[in-house]
Amino acid sequence: MEQQQTNSSGGVAEADEKLEKIQLAIQQFKMIKGALIPVLHEIQDIYGYLPEPVLKVVSTELNLPMSEIYGVASFYHFFSLTPKGEHVIHVCMGTACYIKGAQTVLDRLSTELNVAVQGTTEDNKFTLEATRCLGACGLAPVMTIGEKVHGRLVPNNVPKILNEYK
Amino acid sequence: MLLLTDLDAIRTLTQGRLENRKITGQSADSIQFRSVMVCGGTGCTSSDSNTIIDALNQELSNQGIQEQVEVVRTGCFGLCELGPVVIVYPEGIFYSRVEVKDIPDLVEQHLLNGKPYEKKVYEKTKQDGKILNFEETDFYKKQVRIALRNCGIIDPENINEYIASDGYKALGKVLLTMSRQQVIDTMKKSGLRGRGGGGFNTGLKWEFAAKQDKEQKYVICNADEGDPGAFMDRSILEGNPHSVIEAMAIAGFAIGSNQGFIYVRAEYPIAVQRFVKALDQAREYGLLGDNVLGTGFTFNIDVRLGAGAFVCGEETALMHSIEGHRGMPTPKPPFPAVQGLWGQPTIINNVETLANVAQIILNGADWYASIGTEKSKGTKVFALGGKVVNTGLVEVPMGITLREVIFEIGGGIPGGKKFKAVQTGGPSGGCLTEEHLDSTIDFDTLTSLGSMMGSGGMIIMDEDTCMVDIARFYLDFTRDESCGKCTPCRIGTKRLLEMLDLITEGKATMEDLEKLENLSLQIKNASLCALGQTAPNPVLSTIKFFREEYMAHIHDQKCPAGVCKSLILYQINADLCKGCSLCARKCPSNAISGKVKEPFVIDTLACIKCGVCFDVCKFKAVAIV
Repeated sequence: MEQQQTNSSGGVAEADEKLEKIQLAIQQFKMIKGALIPVLHEIQDIYGYLPEPVLKVVSTELNLPMSEIYGVASFYHFFSLTPKGEHVIHVCMGTACYIKGAQTVLDRLSTELNVAVQGTTEDNKFTLEATRCLGACGLAPVMTIGEKVHGRLVPNNVPKILNEYK
Repeated sequence: MLLLTDLDAIRTLTQGRLENRKITGQSADSIQFRSVMVCGGTGCTSSDSNTIIDALNQELSNQGIQEQVEVVRTGCFGLCELGPVVIVYPEGIFYSRVEVKDIPDLVEQHLLNGKPYEKKVYEKTKQDGKILNFEETDFYKKQVRIALRNCGIIDPENINEYIASDGYKALGKVLLTMSRQQVIDTMKKSGLRGRGGGGFNTGLKWEFAAKQDKEQKYVICNADEGDPGAFMDRSILEGNPHSVIEAMAIAGFAIGSNQGFIYVRAEYPIAVQRFVKALDQAREYGLLGDNVLGTGFTFNIDVRLGAGAFVCGEETALMHSIEGHRGMPTPKPPFPAVQGLWGQPTIINNVETLANVAQIILNGADWYASIGTEKSKGTKVFALGGKVVNTGLVEVPMGITLREVIFEIGGGIPGGKKFKAVQTGGPSGGCLTEEHLDSTIDFDTLTSLGSMMGSGGMIIMDEDTCMVDIARFYLDFTRDESCGKCTPCRIGTKRLLEMLDLITEGKATMEDLEKLENLSLQIKNASLCALGQTAPNPVLSTIKFFREEYMAHIHDQKCPAGVCKSLILYQINADLCKGCSLCARKCPSNAISGKVKEPFVIDTLACIKCGVCFDVCKFKAVAIV
């Protein structure tokens, strides 16, 4: 997902290629009942979020009103209607991480990056998100940056880890 | 397409491989072949077990012993705390926190010269100069593995290994020798109850759906494991995916369905990938699809990804989500067994429930019913987490006590701290205390104490955990996850959270506490689905057992555990401070000042209470007051 996001500023050819993939997915899922959510997953996977123009294509192809698509897209946490930064940081706020100090890690990230939780830094480098249990409770508290997992954190680890991505 | 005889042939061919993965107790020089099992669960993968596998294979070929050693990536061993975990058979040596740089020595000392590489041998297996095999440790001794039986033993991506471990034998038995009613009767008699939280008798659920005279019926596997701190379903999908496929097919036969769905969290990429691979293999072998095992039975399974909505763990919400809508619950009745997915009879079983099914069919209802307590049969998998030494996954017989799980298997509380509470049942459950430690773990006892079994998260809390803050934490979760359909849940959880915020900020009155209790009871009684009906449980159980802690926040404006930021101050104890200036240098808000080698002082107005000074001080001079 990360890489696709970094490429999202690519040229026209790339944009066409992405749209083509979506068209293909729509045709494939059109046959099944309940196609909307699998299609949204595909879009989120390719673009890193759900761009409105692409949702309009879905609306036409699946014959669903935009209002219904918006209703579904905004209901589920996994879908995002806004683009994300180059590196998405997920801080696990599951119970095991929380009682081992995940909040202090999140606070520190927010201070260091000067961005609110669920926000993106001005230079579009980082998006900071608090997330549901990542299931790596043995490593609590845990955060992921892109696909890399950082475990057994204390707030003081934060500046050093962020430097790896700056 | 394979027939039953083909499965037997695969079993015979592959069984030898599994025989190697047993503890034999033979002497080191008589060992001809070793199996190195590397945990490939999410926890260990996060701590780089994949690079360890690559390094192992590389080093084995460097040493020229790749013929005498096999490296297998398995499902979760359970002891996530010590990951990445490596187990070597036939000795059963348990290595913990293995790093890539350990591999050359591990290969040379153990796999080439037969001597365990002591540096990374799990400390608790070292006793009187000897090294015990891992099964003799406290963590494994009391466990009974049924749902997790293949996790850590087979390669989950290899269907032949599953078949060799009696896989698809139960499906063969059902299709060729049993009637639909016999399957249902076996399930009913076994006493298996739903492991997702409800605790409803699985056989009975199947029977309701079987009785519906409809052409199309559905089997759904609920793998939308949303409870924070619970990861048993993910581990089963990662470590033993075929057990779920086999069980879904058996359920399909029993109720008369040809179509299954698995609804799995998109946040579990490894589980999804292994399950999809397992589906492909099962289709290729003709264990799914038309005419399964030549018996004329047809069954297919499709995967649907969840999209991060906790409420979709609720049956009716889950079905609406598969249908492509917002995952909002609808009132029951009609129950899904009568009118479910697209209006057709549907059964919904949780992953762990299904993982027991094949074993029940093979070993019989009486065998299963002999494990556990009178009303809660079999085993339960728990995800132990929080302030406990052995964080990880354990499978124990029902009827075991909380004390045995937390202190014997779990190894107690780390850092010499005092046990305070155990939380079971996730956001729907409650907190239990010291006085409940000798209570048994089963559906009815936990419910009667004011908590619940739930899906199996078990979070241990020590004296540093504030119970009001924990209640606030869960309410923040349920408020966010409320689907918004019914008013008591949508607005009620928000009001509860506001009141809890006031308490943790020291701004509440006794009247607020009363309101909190009243509103909790109203939400419990008036909400549409289980999410709202159980959302107040963490509040009610903490008020019941930790009332004095609420009082301390309200009356004294103090947080006894030192957690609630508005009610604590950081101070430097001048007698203990050596003036090393470390805290001042680390403080992100420049709130600490002083002269080197003299006591430093915190400016409480500038302090943002991040706790960095507390963490970095080597002289324990920073205190929370």
